[in-house]
Amino acid sequence: MAHRDIKTAGEDIRRFLAEQEEKTTLRFLTCGSVDDGKSTLIGRLLYDTKLIFEDQLSQLESDSRKHGTTGDEIDLALLVDGLEAEREQGITIDVAYRFFATPARRFIVADTPGHEQYTRNMATGASTAELAVVLVDARQGVLQQTRRHSYIASLLGIRHVVLAVNKIDLVDFSRQRFEEIESAYREFADGLGFETIVAIPLSARHGDNVTSRSARTDWYNGPTLLAHLETVDVSHGDDDQPFRLPVQYVSRPNADFRGFSGTIASGAVTKGDKVVVAKSGKQTGISRIIAHGEEADQAEAGDAVILVLDDEIEVSRGNMLVAPEHRPHVADQFMANIVWFDEHALLPGRSYRLRTECDQINATVTDLKFRIDVNTFAHDAAKSLEMNEIGVCNISTQAPVVFDEYGANRATGAFILIDRITNVTAGAGMIQHPLRRASNVHWQALDVDKDARSEIKHQKPVVLWFTGLSGSGKSTIANLLEKKLHVSGRHTTILDGDNVRHGLNRDLGFTEEDRVENIRRVGEVSKLMVEAGLIAIVSFISPFRAERRMVREMLGDNEFVEVFVDTPFEECVRRDPKGLYARALKGEIRNFTGVDSPYEIPERADVHLKTANRPPEDLADELEQWLKQRGYC
Amino acid sequence: MLASGSHLRRLEAEAIHIFREVAASFSKPVMLYSIGKDSSVMLRLAMKAFHPAKPPFPFLHVDTTWKFREMIEFRDRMAAELGFDLLVHINEDGVRDGINPFDHGSNTHTHIMKTVALRQALDKYGFDAAFGGARRDEEKSRAKERIFSFRDANHGWDPKNQRPEMWKIYNTRVGAGESIRVFPLSNWTELDIWQYIMLEDIPIVPLYFAEKRPVVERDGMLVLKDDDRMQLRDGEKAVERMVRFRTLGCYPLTGAIESGANTLEAIVSEMLTARTSERQGRLIDRDEAGSMEKKKREGYF
Ligand SMILES: Nc1nc2c(ncn2[C@@H]2O[C@H](COP(=O)(O)OP(=O)(O)O)[C@@H](O)[C@H]2O)c(=O)[nH]1
Repeated sequence: MAHRDIKTAGEDIRRFLAEQEEKTTLRFLTCGSVDDGKSTLIGRLLYDTKLIFEDQLSQLESDSRKHGTTGDEIDLALLVDGLEAEREQGITIDVAYRFFATPARRFIVADTPGHEQYTRNMATGASTAELAVVLVDARQGVLQQTRRHSYIASLLGIRHVVLAVNKIDLVDFSRQRFEEIESAYREFADGLGFETIVAIPLSARHGDNVTSRSARTDWYNGPTLLAHLETVDVSHGDDDQPFRLPVQYVSRPNADFRGFSGTIASGAVTKGDKVVVAKSGKQTGISRIIAHGEEADQAEAGDAVILVLDDEIEVSRGNMLVAPEHRPHVADQFMANIVWFDEHALLPGRSYRLRTECDQINATVTDLKFRIDVNTFAHDAAKSLEMNEIGVCNISTQAPVVFDEYGANRATGAFILIDRITNVTAGAGMIQHPLRRASNVHWQALDVDKDARSEIKHQKPVVLWFTGLSGSGKSTIANLLEKKLHVSGRHTTILDGDNVRHGLNRDLGFTEEDRVENIRRVGEVSKLMVEAGLIAIVSFISPFRAERRMVREMLGDNEFVEVFVDTPFEECVRRDPKGLYARALKGEIRNFTGVDSPYEIPERADVHLKTANRPPEDLADELEQWLKQRGYC
Repeated sequence: MLASGSHLRRLEAEAIHIFREVAASFSKPVMLYSIGKDSSVMLRLAMKAFHPAKPPFPFLHVDTTWKFREMIEFRDRMAAELGFDLLVHINEDGVRDGINPFDHGSNTHTHIMKTVALRQALDKYGFDAAFGGARRDEEKSRAKERIFSFRDANHGWDPKNQRPEMWKIYNTRVGAGESIRVFPLSNWTELDIWQYIMLEDIPIVPLYFAEKRPVVERDGMLVLKDDDRMQLRDGEKAVERMVRFRTLGCYPLTGAIESGANTLEAIVSEMLTARTSERQGRLIDRDEAGSMEKKKREGYF
C-alpha cells in the first residue's frame, strides 16, 4: 500500500473515514461462568474482524505453546487475558475493554469474569453497556451464574440480551439441546424486563455463527452474533427525555464570563430555553451554549457543554440545570438498590461518602431493607451486605441531592459509596425513589435553645469522648475529671459503656453491626446532653474509627473532643480489672477488642493521654487544663 | 464540528468530561505532555474542554534528553502558540551519571530517565493527578486499566486492587501522597486518533510523515542519527532513506519504518493495511508480553 498511488488512495481514505465518522458505537459486555468461552469468543471477534496484527499473532503462537489450553491450535483466549497473574491461573480476573469495528458499527466490549467473587467487575462492565452477551456452555445449560449475571445486567439497566449458547460443537450441534436451554433461560429472564432476548447457537472456538452462518446448524434461522450486534437498535426513545445537565465545573476565567460545564445527561437544550436550578428552584434562561469548545445554538444528550445563563444566580458543582416542566427529585432520603464491592461489609448506621456524577456528600444507610438472593431473586432479611451481595436500602444524606429514578435515567439515578477511611469504592447504588419522610420531617424551632441552656450554667457544652482498650483507665480518669468539674460548679454527666449496655442498649450484642448501633445510640444520647447544655463525659471502648467519626459529625468539631486513653495492650491484660482478658484469651468471650476484634487507634485525637507511669489524677488534671484553655469551663 | 451522535463525538465528549472532572476535583493536576500524536490530541481536547478559558493546569514534559530534536522544537512552538503553561523536567542525577541508551541499554535508560524522572517531577511539584495519553487498545495490560487509575504514595499500581469504575462516576479521593493517573483517551483506538487528527486539523510532529532521512540499520531497527552522540559502529553507515515514525520517543530507541506516506491520508491507509501493531516500534515492549505490566507497576505509563 505504501507505494500505491497516493492520490487515489487519499480519496479512498477520505471516503472511508467519512463513513467511519458516521458509525455509531455499541457498548456491550460479555458474561458467563468460568470456561464458558468468553475470552475465546472475544478473541474470535477480534480475529475475524481482522484486528489482530502479525506481531500479536506471533506472540499468540508462542504464548499458546506456553499457557494455552487448546493443544496445537492457537488459543484465542490468550489474546485477551491480559494480566500475568490471570494468565498463570488461566482465569480472567478483572474487567477489560476491547475495541473492534466493522463497516457497520464500532464496538467497545467489556470483558468481565465469571467467578462469583468478582461480581463487582461484572457490575462495572454493565454500568456502561447497552447490551449483554450472556454465555452458556451448551453442555451445562443455564447455571446459577447465568441467572446472577442476567440479574445484574437487568439491575444495571441493560435492556438487550444475547443468549450465546456456546460450544454447540460439543453437543453435536443439537437443535433440541439449544431449544431446551433457550426456553430454560426465557423462563426466568422474562421477569427481568429485557426489551430483547436473542438466542444464538455458536462455537467460539471454531467460529460457527459468530461472524458467518454455520452449515452445521442449518436448523437455525436467526442472525449470526456479529450481524445481530451490528443491527440491534438500543436507542429506545432517548430523544424525548427531559433536559438534565449535572453541573460539573464552574468556569470563570474573568469577571465577564461565568459558564457552567457538564455533560448533558438527557434531553436537549436550545439557546433561549428556560431552565431551572434544581436545588434552589430558581429559573433563568440560556444565553449562550458552547458545545465541545465551539459556539452552538443547541446541544443534546451526550454533548459536553458550557452553558452561560441570563442571570447571576447561585449554581455550583453538584447542582443540576433542568427542564422547568420536568423536574428531578431533590431529597435527602431515598431508597436504592446497592451492589456491595468492599471486603468490609456495608453496615447500617455507618457513614459513607456518596458520590453522584458531580455531587459528593456524606450519607448513611439508615435501613437495610433486605438482601436479594440473586439465584432465586428472593428477598432475605439481613443485617449487613457482604462483598458481592446486592440489597435494597434506605439512604439518608447530610443535605439534599438531585436525582431521577435509575429506571428513567441511568446517568442521574446512579451513585457510588466510598469508604471514608480507605477511600475505596465500596459500593454502587441505583435509586428507586425518594422517601416521603424527607420532605415531611421539619425540625421544631425552639425558643429555649442550647445556647440559652448552657449560658445559665456558665459553660460551653461538649462531649468528651474517651476511647481506648478495656482496662486502659477510661472510667477511672472520667470519674476523677467529673469530680473536679463538679467541685468547680460545672454541670456534667457520665455515660459509661457498661452501664449503657445494661439499659438503653440491652438488646445489642458484640457483632460488628451491633457495635455500630451501640455507638450510634450513644452518639444520639450525648447529642441530647449537649443540647441540654451539659459537659458529657462518655467512656466507651469505641474501637472503630468510622463510628467515632460518625459521632464527631453528629456533633461537630467544637462539641466533640476525642480523648485517646493510650495504654499498651500488655498493660491492660496485666491489670485485667474485671477478669475479662483472661476469659477472652481462653476463647470464652468472643469479639473481644484487642484479642480477636481490632482496635483502630485514633489518627488525630484531640487529646492523647499516654497513661504509662502516670497516676490517673495527673491525667485528669491535664484534661481539665486543656478544657480551661479552650474556654469549655 | 463532528457529526452529532458519531462515535468520535462520543469519545470527544467523554474525554472533555474527564478533563473537567479532574479540574474540579483535584488541587494540583498536571498533564503529561509527551509531544507525540496522542499528546497532540489530548492537548486539543484539553483546549476544547475549557474554552474560552485556558486549561487550568500545567503541561509537564519529562525530557530524557534523547528525544528527537524536532520533537523539542515542536513542543516549544506549541507552548508559544497556544500559551499553555509548560514545565520541563530532566533527571539531573541521571545526566550527571551519564545515563544513556547506548551504554546502559533501553531498560536502564528508560527506567532512570523516564520512570524515575517522572516520579521526581510528581513529587517535586506535589501533583495529585496526572493525565496520560495511554489507550486501552495499545497493549493487553492496558485494557484493564481504569480511566482514573489509583497510585499509592510510591506511585505504584496494583492491577489486582483497582477501584471499580461505574458509569461516569469517578472516585477521585486520594490520601496524602497518593495520586491518580487519568487517561482521557482510554477508549480511543489508533485509528480514532488519526481520524481525529485529520478531521480536526491537529498539528503533529513532522517525523510522523515520510521524508528522506539519514538512518542507520542497527539490531534490526532503522535508527535516525539525530545528533553526534550516536557513534557509528564498524560497518554501520547512515543512509538516506524514505522513512517515517509510527511512535515517537528517544531517538536511539525508536525505530523508523520505510514508507512513502507523507500525507495523513497515506498514513491512515498504510495503517489500515499494516501487519504489525504500533508498539512494535518501541524497544521496551519486546522483552516479554508481561513486561509492560511490570513497568506499569513501577510507575512507567
Ligand atoms: N469445543 C469448544 N471449546 C470452546 C469453545 N469456546 C471456548 N472453548 C474452550 O473452553 C475453554 C475456556 O474458554 P475461555 O475462553 O478461556 O473461557 P472464559 O473463562 O469464559 O474466558 C478453552 O479451553 C477454550 O478453548 C467452543 O465453542 N467449542
